[in-house]
Amino acid sequence: MEPSIVNEIQVDSRSLGANSIHDAAARAIVTPRLAPVTAAHAAPASETSTSVALAAQSLSAFFGAHAAVRDVDIEMETSRVTAIIGPSGCGKSTLLRSFNRMHETVNGARVTGSVLLDGTPIYGDGTSAIAVRRHIGMVFQRPTPFPTMSIRDNVAAGLRVQQRQSPSRRDTDYIVEDALQRAGLWEEVKDRLRTSAVALSGGQQQRLCIARALATKPKVLLLDEPTASLDPASTQKVEELVYELRATMTIVVVTHNMQQAARVSDRTAFMLNGSLIEVAPTNALFTTPRDPRTEAYITGRFG
Amino acid sequence: MVALTYIAATLATLPLIFILLHLVRAGAAAITPAFFTHMPQPVGEPGGGMANAIVGSLILISIAAAVGLPIGVGAGLYLAEHRGMRLANTVRFLSDVLNGLPSIVMGIFAWQFLVRPAGHFSALAGGVALGVMMIPLVTRTTEEMIRIVPNSLREAALALGYQRWRTSLSIILRTALPGIVTGALVAVARVAGETAPLLFTAFGNQFWSTDVQRPIAALPLQIFTYAISPYDEWHVQANGGALVLIGMVLIISIAARVATRSRFGSAVD
Repeated sequence: MEPSIVNEIQVDSRSLGANSIHDAAARAIVTPRLAPVTAAHAAPASETSTSVALAAQSLSAFFGAHAAVRDVDIEMETSRVTAIIGPSGCGKSTLLRSFNRMHETVNGARVTGSVLLDGTPIYGDGTSAIAVRRHIGMVFQRPTPFPTMSIRDNVAAGLRVQQRQSPSRRDTDYIVEDALQRAGLWEEVKDRLRTSAVALSGGQQQRLCIARALATKPKVLLLDEPTASLDPASTQKVEELVYELRATMTIVVVTHNMQQAARVSDRTAFMLNGSLIEVAPTNALFTTPRDPRTEAYITGRFG
Repeated sequence: MVALTYIAATLATLPLIFILLHLVRAGAAAITPAFFTHMPQPVGEPGGGMANAIVGSLILISIAAAVGLPIGVGAGLYLAEHRGMRLANTVRFLSDVLNGLPSIVMGIFAWQFLVRPAGHFSALAGGVALGVMMIPLVTRTTEEMIRIVPNSLREAALALGYQRWRTSLSIILRTALPGIVTGALVAVARVAGETAPLLFTAFGNQFWSTDVQRPIAALPLQIFTYAISPYDEWHVQANGGALVLIGMVLIISIAARVATRSRFGSAVD
């Protein structure tokens, strides 16, 4: 991570102390921030090739008879960060959980429509939810380290169920180190890999969970309000991480924090009452929203 | 009011202190190396021990644990993972009824279905009777312990591509294990001292036997036999036996705690 970006994030988070966000403020947040970063990071995934990693088509998600997500069509481009924003209860987490078939783990929950991972329907006949989840990693709102496992075993947890043959001890060590490096946690924990994971701080635990998700080399990473339970310093680390990770994977992040969406995402989707209202490049969505409801939300008139 | 609760708290611990003091005073004399290695002696002959009863009790407890723990833990896992379903509610209710069943009834049950068809008393029948008594205790503690494992851990495992059964076993059950072990130990301790179900199942045995098909000696039965006898030396033996029984439960508890202490770094490879 270049120092310039760190500084920018710090500047941003300071300037975000204000409670209500007005048009001008929203623009000020977004504009200086995205320009250099987009240039620095999005370059590898060249501007012209916008292959779609994950797509939802006419996707609806139900709890019993209640539709929490209604008829959503959205495309997540490869190596981009897509943020989903919206007020509480708008269905953004449910939508995210439909992308890796976690939604159906709740009693009475079901999904209609389809979700395509690299063109393959994940709800297709003969496609197991287990296999889908092995390609689409997920990190939750609260850190969820497995309390009975060491730091190393937590990171390796997904490996054991991935292949029929678990990787050797040496391979596991390598994968664990690599995942922790990528999650920016290696330097902090390399001397205590065998100690309890719950002894880590909340922010470290969350990065551990990201490392755990990275270890299995998913194509897509879903983040469900990943910083909602973290302090500002830890939040910043996770956001920097999201920025670095998108070079190698497609990321979808649900957040109730518009500034976060502005800071970390390339595209932003706005949801309301289960429906997708608007998807646009983040810069455009926050500066020139097309839908009046989006404008009302991002300017702080409700939510 | 606060003073009253202090008094109540003190009164709650007094019986245990009195019992232990009494046992040590009345039974310590019987605790010699011979008590653990020798067989019971006829009345009037000095010395003698309860080797057969100690081994018999260990065998009975092992059979009981082999019957009660898998069924109890499995049922508890089922109850915790299928909350609110009608079958789960029925099982939970019946389990509570079973828990309230007098232990003598459990003995009759084991006699009817195991002793009578076989035509003779056996350690197996006694162990099964104790094991069935353990089931509801283990079921309920397992359910409670699994319920306090946060659902977020289950979700995290599922999201990593864990199968349902694997999530239940290697994440949920593993996380709840220390609590389940504690509950299992309470159940073991509870049945280790049971006498009524053994009266017409294991029956007791004055001789050395480790055959599970034959009647077997047990500490509670031996204590009972000695305690109601008119001989002073047997009374001392009975108190000694009670001390050993308490000590046995204590050792089982400590051993299981040590064995299930969370060990980091040993779960993988």
